Amino acid sequence: MTGNLLEIRDLHKRYGEVEVLKGVDCTMAQGDVISIIGSSGSGKTTMLRCINMLEEFQGGSIRIDGEEIGYETAGGTRRRKKEKEIARQRAMTGMAFQQFNLFPHMSAAENVMLGLVKVKKMSRDEARSVAEKWLDRVGLAERRDRFPSQLSGGQQQRVAIARAIAMNPKLMLFDEVTSALDPELVNEVLQVIKDLARDGMSMLLVTHEMRFAYEVSSRVIFMNQGRIGEEGNPREMFHKPQTERLMEFLKTSTFN
Amino acid sequence: MELVTFFETLWLARIPILKGIGVTVSISVLAILVGTILGVGVGLALTYGARPLRWLVRGYTDFIRGTPVLVLVLASYYVLGTVGIDLGPFQAGVLALAVFCSSHVGEIVRGALQSIPKGQTEAAKAIGLTFPQTFAYVLGPQALRQVLPAWVNTAAEMVKASTLLSIIGVAELLLRTQELISRTFMSLEFYFFAGFLYFVINYGIERFGRYVERKTAIPS
Repeated sequence: MTGNLLEIRDLHKRYGEVEVLKGVDCTMAQGDVISIIGSSGSGKTTMLRCINMLEEFQGGSIRIDGEEIGYETAGGTRRRKKEKEIARQRAMTGMAFQQFNLFPHMSAAENVMLGLVKVKKMSRDEARSVAEKWLDRVGLAERRDRFPSQLSGGQQQRVAIARAIAMNPKLMLFDEVTSALDPELVNEVLQVIKDLARDGMSMLLVTHEMRFAYEVSSRVIFMNQGRIGEEGNPREMFHKPQTERLMEFLKTSTFN
Repeated sequence: MELVTFFETLWLARIPILKGIGVTVSISVLAILVGTILGVGVGLALTYGARPLRWLVRGYTDFIRGTPVLVLVLASYYVLGTVGIDLGPFQAGVLALAVFCSSHVGEIVRGALQSIPKGQTEAAKAIGLTFPQTFAYVLGPQALRQVLPAWVNTAAEMVKASTLLSIIGVAELLLRTQELISRTFMSLEFYFFAGFLYFVINYGIERFGRYVERKTAIPS
């Protein structure tokens, strides 16, 4: 047991023959905001998805608050935990996706309420007031009864973030949440994330927004070919990259 | 005065015709009901089943869908008897139609479930829902909306296919009509009339389907 919120040790992930994560180590304390950057195919999204078991992984361990995620080792054999247990562990983290993934047949408020009622076992009234509080926080109080198809991309993403945050996760995972948005809608979503960061939410973000990563992160991780290529505080990373690969990567990305 | 004769004959034959309608509706309702329940199971097995189960069910649906309904009806009545399962014509007929219906509904359900983006399941997982919960609150309701139009189609097909049971002597609407025609020789009138009744039944199903579709539509 350590004091770390998240502790990833020697994480290995294969799709068949292809090893996409080749031993990743990462620790994160309560309140840390870590951005993961890197070119596509470097394994950054996969790493994020392993943390809430949307991907299986073949080696290494992930712990949240000391609790081992997804697998248990008994008598030398590593076994996937029971689905119910994994479902419970998934609720320890919240996740926002590139494609929002709102439930199209539910209003904004119902999207947020579903997990509160079914997983947190709140009453509908209680869930509704929590949902309204968070929708208000992301600036969508008046749109709570709208359906996803009636909302803009940026609004949908904010609902999706509210849906994840309302579950009161220990750690928020953001997977390229602005990549599917029109440029003029990016800022409203980034602003919501910045506000959450300021409130002390622990988060791990995969992002292509370098300026945002620079401003919001306490630490930046550069993923390169399934490994951590370089990591450090954003100032050092962006202004004084140590590795050739990061230098190249930063040259090709827009930092505006 | 042919119209008067038609209505007089119709009035005299009202009881058998009403009985025929009753039998047609019972066959259809039972076949659709049982077929849909089985079909949802088939669809779930095709979508989420472990590989051996999936193969088995895939074989079942392909076989049934590739077989004419009439053959299924005849087999269910004549062949099942030879292996010791003795069913009356009504039961055998309903069984055949239900099996046929299940293979179609199964495919419809599979198609609907597979068309739901993977992100829906992932989002449900991410908030900590178990698979049964994900199915009940996220996948099922979305699939249901997609299934509806095709299901209404299948239901109407079942009503039409129920006429095939006349071959094995089930006194449904078509057989009653044929009996009436053989007595009165008014084939044009009564075939047309029977056709009209089938249309009314199917039109009712279609309207009902539309109504449910409208009620469950996602606002946009």
